Amino acid sequence: MRPRTTNGIVRPRTLQSSVLRGLLFLVLGLFCLYYLIPLIVMISTSLKSLTEIREGTLISLPREITFDAWSKAWESACVGVRCDGLKPFMWNSIAMAVPAVLLSTTLGAINGYALTKWRFPGANWIFALILFGAFIPFQVVLLPMARTLGQLGLAGTVPGLILVHTVYGLAFTTLFFRNFFIGVSDGIVKAAQIDGAGFFGIFFKIVLPMSIPAIVVTVIWQFTQIWNDFLFGVAFTIGDSNPVTVALNNVVNTSTGVKEYNVDMAAAIIAALPTMLVYVVAGAYFVRGLSAGSMKG
Amino acid sequence: MAAGIELKNVQKSFGNTEVIKGIDLNIEPGEFVVLVGPSGCGKSTLLNLISGLETLSGGDVTIGGKVVNNTPPRDRDIAMVFQSYALYPTKTVRDNITFGMQARRVPKAEQDAAVAAFSGLLQIDHLLDRKPGQLSGGQRQRVAMGRALVRDPDVFLFDEPLSNLDAKLRIDMRTEIKKLHLRLGKTVVYVTHDQIEAMTLASRIAVMDEGRIRQYGPPEEIYENPVDLFVAGFMGSPPMNMLPGRLLRTGDEVFVETGDDEARVRFPLPDAIANRIEVGNGHEVVLGLRPEAIFAAGTELPGADRFIFERPVEVVEPTGPDTMIVFGIGSVELIARVRPEDARDPGTPFSFEVDMSKAKLFDQSSGRSL
Ligand SMILES: Nc1ncnc2c1ncn2[C@@H]1O[C@H](COP(=O)(O)OP(=O)(O)O)[C@@H](O)[C@H]1O
Ligand SMILES: [Mg+2]
Repeated sequence: MRPRTTNGIVRPRTLQSSVLRGLLFLVLGLFCLYYLIPLIVMISTSLKSLTEIREGTLISLPREITFDAWSKAWESACVGVRCDGLKPFMWNSIAMAVPAVLLSTTLGAINGYALTKWRFPGANWIFALILFGAFIPFQVVLLPMARTLGQLGLAGTVPGLILVHTVYGLAFTTLFFRNFFIGVSDGIVKAAQIDGAGFFGIFFKIVLPMSIPAIVVTVIWQFTQIWNDFLFGVAFTIGDSNPVTVALNNVVNTSTGVKEYNVDMAAAIIAALPTMLVYVVAGAYFVRGLSAGSMKG
Repeated sequence: MAAGIELKNVQKSFGNTEVIKGIDLNIEPGEFVVLVGPSGCGKSTLLNLISGLETLSGGDVTIGGKVVNNTPPRDRDIAMVFQSYALYPTKTVRDNITFGMQARRVPKAEQDAAVAAFSGLLQIDHLLDRKPGQLSGGQRQRVAMGRALVRDPDVFLFDEPLSNLDAKLRIDMRTEIKKLHLRLGKTVVYVTHDQIEAMTLASRIAVMDEGRIRQYGPPEEIYENPVDLFVAGFMGSPPMNMLPGRLLRTGDEVFVETGDDEARVRFPLPDAIANRIEVGNGHEVVLGLRPEAIFAAGTELPGADRFIFERPVEVVEPTGPDTMIVFGIGSVELIARVRPEDARDPGTPFSFEVDMSKAKLFDQSSGRSL
């Protein structure tokens, strides 16, 4: 028999505690189901044929599994007038999200490092202003941003969208890194200064290797935000340069022809896959980094 | 080569708070100077001004004959050991030690030779491939020392390097630091709030309080001739007994009258002090008596200027080699250091003998030595 303990804390083993425990798991199970049902419905619908969807109910499982809807969503569904599926738009999103995440994370890390370890007069003011940026809603920056992109000649392009996301994301990434670095001992930076390293030498050789947890959190956050963004995408790109979120909307919201629910579901899952992937890969790494517990000197 | 350090009217303010209020200090090449003082008095700040980690608000810092006011830390030829060790957590011990040489592009062979030399000396050669997180406090301390030593600088700066170690290890490392200093002969500025560390290590001690240096001199001088009540009270453990009283001149004898109506003790001042002081009858003074200057009557060889009085024992505190007896005169508590076999139970009357030639006298209002 396994001892009934949590983290090594000894608990009483009575009938009452067993019943409570059972109840706890039941409630947890129900909640899990509640959250998983939409996903299950999406997956099962995407694997059905249109006739089966029309005849069966929403929650019935597919009688015959077919991947037609997936391949259509990927390479032949019509997005507006173009019928190449989501594929080209996925590449747009990747070409936008990867540089934007890297840029905003790197710049945020440098900002956070400068704001905590190289205190300069007015640092608090600058941080307050940056923090303010984190509370500005998307809608407010739309018009000024459109003007700026127009002036820079980047309107309607993927590089333009990268710039928008980098600038808008800086407030968050700076906040994350600043809060992480504030917990890193100043002595380490002082020691490195005496050892003869400069601003960037200390940043890249000492501080950055220590901040893997902060990097992972920031990358997950930024990637999810940027990949899932619809408003900036629809406002600042046109047609061929649309990110996948905008393309997905155009697939689902076509007003012509029959509604192909299976294709819509498959398309939605495809558009969401990269964020899940990032979360699973980076999240696992994150948890490992934390439990290794070797981040503090 | 060891370099001397000279501070001239050094000042530092953070915003509106003045932390260092004009310090002059002259450190000879090869000296071991300890900055000691209560925490928050500005010791670390002063050290950081010497290292260049803080910018001066006023005055001059000279190292090895060169004014370095505007020289960044890396060009001052100094090495520093921090209280929290400040090891780089993601680097191995070896890379921690060689980071400074890497930053200065020292050839690899030279780095390896330096690591080999000092890791042996500090007994950390078996730890070179570990990360700081896998080391004990004492081992981290050694690595931090190693990182400073390999640089072979002119000046070593230590900021409370031993205060995170347990008592036993602290004493061992203290001895090792002293040996290293004798062996290398480099100039050392060492910050501590521990007066025993200061006494044992220093060639000269600078006692600091509130951003000023109260007294600067060899350990014996600081201990035997403290310039004021602050220095007298700070150095020594248990601290010096401070008895407030009035000066009493009767004929050619001079006394300090202490206590209150209930218990009054008149300490006769020895000629050496009596002839020196100029203050008049009734002047308010403080009589300073170190615990070791008060012992059980008749237990030491007789000498001049002894004075015997009787008070009841209040508390007995054995420390092993000596036993501390706490007793009162008026409202003041005093500590006497007696041999363990002379101790008596609390409440019993006890005959104390004072070596008045060791007594110090201070002015009560100014706190200065008389
Ligand atoms: N960067 C700083 N900004 C503001 N005040 C500071 C700073 N560094 C130290 N101080 C203040 O200066 C005083 C002396 O500090 P410090 O030199 O660290 O004392 P010590 O090392 O003697 O304990 C303290 O009151 C501390 O609060
Ligand atoms: Mg300090």
